[in-house]
Amino acid sequence: MPKLTVKDVEYVAELAHLTLDGATKERLAQELGSILEYMDKLNELDTSQVEPMMHALEMTNIFRCDEVQPSLSRDVALQNAPKTDGEYFLVPKILDTE
Amino acid sequence: MAKEWFRLTAHEIRDAVLGGAVSAEEVTRSFLSRIEQVDSKVCAYVDVWRDAAISRAREIDARIRKEGFRGALAGVPISIKDVLCTKQGYTTCCSKILRGYRSPFDATVVERLWEAGAIFLGKTNMDEFAMGSSTENSAVQLTRNPWNLDYVPGGSSGGSAASVAADEAACSLGSDTGGSIRQPAACCGCVGLKPTYGRVSRYGLVAFASSLDQIGPFTKDVEDCALMLGTIAGRDPRDSTSVDLPVPDYCQALNKDIKGLRVGMPREYFTEALGGEVREKIEEAIRSLEKLGAEVVEVRLPHTEYAIAVYYIICTAEASANLARFDGVRYGYRSPRATDMRQMYHLSRSEGFGPEVRRRIILGTYVLSSGYYDAYYLKAQKVRSLIRQDFVKAFEMCDVIVTPTSPTPAFRIGEKTDDPLQMYLSDIYTISVNLAAIPGLSMPCGFTKGGLPVGLQLLGKHFDEMTLLRVADAYEKNRGFDIGHPPIN
Repeated sequence: MPKLTVKDVEYVAELAHLTLDGATKERLAQELGSILEYMDKLNELDTSQVEPMMHALEMTNIFRCDEVQPSLSRDVALQNAPKTDGEYFLVPKILDTE
Repeated sequence: MAKEWFRLTAHEIRDAVLGGAVSAEEVTRSFLSRIEQVDSKVCAYVDVWRDAAISRAREIDARIRKEGFRGALAGVPISIKDVLCTKQGYTTCCSKILRGYRSPFDATVVERLWEAGAIFLGKTNMDEFAMGSSTENSAVQLTRNPWNLDYVPGGSSGGSAASVAADEAACSLGSDTGGSIRQPAACCGCVGLKPTYGRVSRYGLVAFASSLDQIGPFTKDVEDCALMLGTIAGRDPRDSTSVDLPVPDYCQALNKDIKGLRVGMPREYFTEALGGEVREKIEEAIRSLEKLGAEVVEVRLPHTEYAIAVYYIICTAEASANLARFDGVRYGYRSPRATDMRQMYHLSRSEGFGPEVRRRIILGTYVLSSGYYDAYYLKAQKVRSLIRQDFVKAFEMCDVIVTPTSPTPAFRIGEKTDDPLQMYLSDIYTISVNLAAIPGLSMPCGFTKGGLPVGLQLLGKHFDEMTLLRVADAYEKNRGFDIGHPPIN
């Protein structure tokens, strides 16, 4: 059985908000299938007694005072927006109200 | 004929500028005409800031004259990988999804170089979002290896490495998630350093895999590497993973002997799989270190064979989370074809990201998805612990570890683009270093018969860049050859 089916790729693409054409799905199923097969190598290791490395360095929490700091002005924050009315980011309608 | 200032190292340029031998403007113009002359062949830059660089150079000259400015990088022309945020110009990660993006702030490293008196020449080409080992994944252009234009410069920071190798910048800044500084440095014959995770602030670095990414310099020699690291290192309140440790004067590492220093050779890295000219050059380099009084010891890194699998699980998982922010709402590309929200997300992302980025997002989403998280992501995090422990144990036996940077020299353009797994496997010697969070430095140790540089990699203990630089400097001064300049004019 293939490690990854076209259906799996479709499901994951939906989670990742990506639309793929048919040929790309086929190719990804195959490429990612062989990559995942390679990754199964990790199962050779017994890691039942090993702690996962959740942080690159052993650090404790870093706190800062809860004070207002200067931040981006609205104009600057909106300067790269694909669509704006000068106050908000504009996006297509989410709910059809008609 | 005008003096070829573009051939000099950063410390030589700074000394000449501060000593009054030349103006920052003349140095900058020298680099700009070099870029004009060779960059149509090398294609290292995606954007050159000609006018801004000249006016900045004049500002530095005026400050030296009027205020006695003595910056550590006064008048030094530097290029910046397009993954770092700059207020000037664009910050695009060489991706269509960020085309035209203007950062409202500078990365911390950019600010620090600026304060030291650097002159920015522009932004350099890279694999899209730093995903790749050849710079062939750039959505903008192909960069060519200055030593042979038919070959890749390595990646993902290929533009940065090529710009320094081709004398189109005195130094450059890149980023390294799995070798993206060290491997192109090896391919192009320059010095490249990935500092310890947390040594340099990542504020303003567009995130790829946040637990692995680190910013570091490309330079022409080890002294410049020390100079650049000293300038960019240190705690930054805007990156809570940057560590509050004092920054030593890295130039103190220079001109020291290495007698009695223990150099570790990992048995797992020098197997039969490593052959040919790369092995020959690395073994020669190790003999040079021995002649300098270092003691060579064998060390073990038993989990080496698992590193690539661990790396490609963790980096794709983190990338899929980091790249979720590109949704067409606040910045970046929005598909003009979208008529509702779902389409806006899907079409903007699908049209904006290139094939390798999409591949990694899909893989990362898969390994994090319900039902597979434990089998892949959690398993990888556990094996990552084992890989880090390997290094901690190995460093009980030695002070530095020496390895090749890459199993092969630069490959031909187009040679490996069809097979992603094959491309991933070439990262074998560099990725464990990011997983273990230790520092790694690549420097030239010779050339193949075909004239391509070979890279020697030195690895150090956490936050012990000092010893790395000390060994690198001692080797550089005694390696018995001059790196010279690529045959490009």
